[in-house]
Amino acid sequence: MMTDLTNLTVAQIRDGHRAGDFSAVEVAEAFNANVAGAKALNAFIVETPDHAIAAAKAADADRAAGTLKPLSGVPIGMKDLFCTNGVQTTAASHMLEGFVPRYESTVSQKLWDAGAGMLGKLNLDQFAMGSSNETSYFGNVISPWRRKDGGNAALAPGGSSGGSSSAIAARLCPAATGTDTGGSIRQPAAFTGISGIKPTYGRCSRWGIVAFASSLDQAGPMARDVRDCAIMLENMAGFDPKDATSLNLPVPNWEAALSSDLKGKTVGIPKEYRLDGIDPDIDAMWDAGIAMLKDAGANVVEISLPHTKYALPAYYIIAPAEASSNLARYDGVRYGLRDLPQGAGLQDMYAATRADGFGPEVKRRIMIGTYVLSAGFYDAYYTQAQKVRTLIARDFEQAFASCDVILAPTAPSAAFGLGEKMADPLAMYLNDVFAVPASLAGLPAMSVPAALNREGLPLGLQIIGKAFDEQGVLNAGLAIEERAGFTARAEKWW
Amino acid sequence: MAIDQATVRKIASLARIAISDAEAAAMEGELNGILGWVEQLGEVDVTGVEPMTAVIPNRLRLREDVVDADPLTGGNRRDDILANAPAPQHGFFGVPKVIE
Repeated sequence: MMTDLTNLTVAQIRDGHRAGDFSAVEVAEAFNANVAGAKALNAFIVETPDHAIAAAKAADADRAAGTLKPLSGVPIGMKDLFCTNGVQTTAASHMLEGFVPRYESTVSQKLWDAGAGMLGKLNLDQFAMGSSNETSYFGNVISPWRRKDGGNAALAPGGSSGGSSSAIAARLCPAATGTDTGGSIRQPAAFTGISGIKPTYGRCSRWGIVAFASSLDQAGPMARDVRDCAIMLENMAGFDPKDATSLNLPVPNWEAALSSDLKGKTVGIPKEYRLDGIDPDIDAMWDAGIAMLKDAGANVVEISLPHTKYALPAYYIIAPAEASSNLARYDGVRYGLRDLPQGAGLQDMYAATRADGFGPEVKRRIMIGTYVLSAGFYDAYYTQAQKVRTLIARDFEQAFASCDVILAPTAPSAAFGLGEKMADPLAMYLNDVFAVPASLAGLPAMSVPAALNREGLPLGLQIIGKAFDEQGVLNAGLAIEERAGFTARAEKWW
Repeated sequence: MAIDQATVRKIASLARIAISDAEAAAMEGELNGILGWVEQLGEVDVTGVEPMTAVIPNRLRLREDVVDADPLTGGNRRDDILANAPAPQHGFFGVPKVIE
């Protein structure tokens, strides 16, 4: 075997396994070895090599029996926000340290049913709250990328799905699950030179995913290319009666319908996303992306999303409000941490448990959410934010009257150094300025790697589509992927 | 509207999070920074605009009125439910004494 199996994409592993070029066990062993050898990245909270091997043996048996499944032979990483039966699930929090679910999330179950195996549970920002993976109780995830300035500054892999992005970029897994509440799939994908798609709200069941902000939370895949995202998404999406907001729609065959021919399609360029003082590398990449889509046959028009500047402040009311409600469940009674000071009553136990179990960013958001929902402030903050959210969704609706997809940068910068933004929560929040509007409107959106900046770090382009039109998003992403020819990868130092 | 440390402690109490005086002092600045920033929403004209309730139009469903229709979320799972409880007792969740 001359090929390094860990350089293969999901599609190549699937097809190569099917053709008998290698066994699934060989694939699983190769990725297990990469995972075991990459502790310096801290991408995994729990490694599950046995799960990957067991699924691989089943895949090899299925091949012999002629009963191959869509993801037979493909080992993946699972963000530690998805409950996995019998495997610790922490949301990267002290609160859930040692929590071992007795059930499986719908999305992870679908992936196992499709034949995938699990390499481990991936690190993330605590309760998915963060944009740099610095809020995990289990330590920072480090990006495999480094600036080409000769320094060895540790860079953020993005967040909250930073374990997923780091692991894929470092070839520890060919694909992984992510979740996106306000950019948590797209921004880490952009920071690490990989692809990721957040589907339409409701495509993937939220059942068994540790809740952050339920009206925004949406699972999606992260992988090295657009095709792999399509394959993964097909095996994650689908109606689930256990999620009240699950979409009762058939899952399209996105992979089979992939086409980078954009003739007859119109791409909208939102003028409000041209920010004053933004890194010129970001604008240059955006302009290059516009040229690529024109080259693919698309017509390009300027559009306006007038309420863009209000998306982030609205998000930072709505998401914390929902989080304060969702995270009320961590009370030290039914599961998770209990901190019972000597002689304490029930109320003191709640307060001590939550003081000990939540990290600073989680507490900050619970506090903000509690305040904006409290008597006397509810209308001024929460209702106002929900009205602005209506206007943001309406902006998109009106824009999509004259275009099929929207092209914008994924993030306003390349990956920043660990520690650079931790002192100022607001500066950290602003990194999601381009990602949050599509989340508030529930729209499908993906990031594809488009260029390297002058420091040699990856930059991502974002495609936002109409509700239910993941295909349009994937196709435009493919058109960029084919033209950008992004093949750069982080040089191994770990 | 700026919040003071007394308000921070009030919010923490509503959120059932114990905080020290030092934490309350630090949080006063952070929360004021964030709340001051979100206040720009007040300048948006929302006359006649309904607050968003569902981002994708979707009707709430009723399940069939069947006991244990889904065994995962139905009954008879006591041991599973208690498996992660910090202090289960006699098949119940144990808590500190609440009635004298």
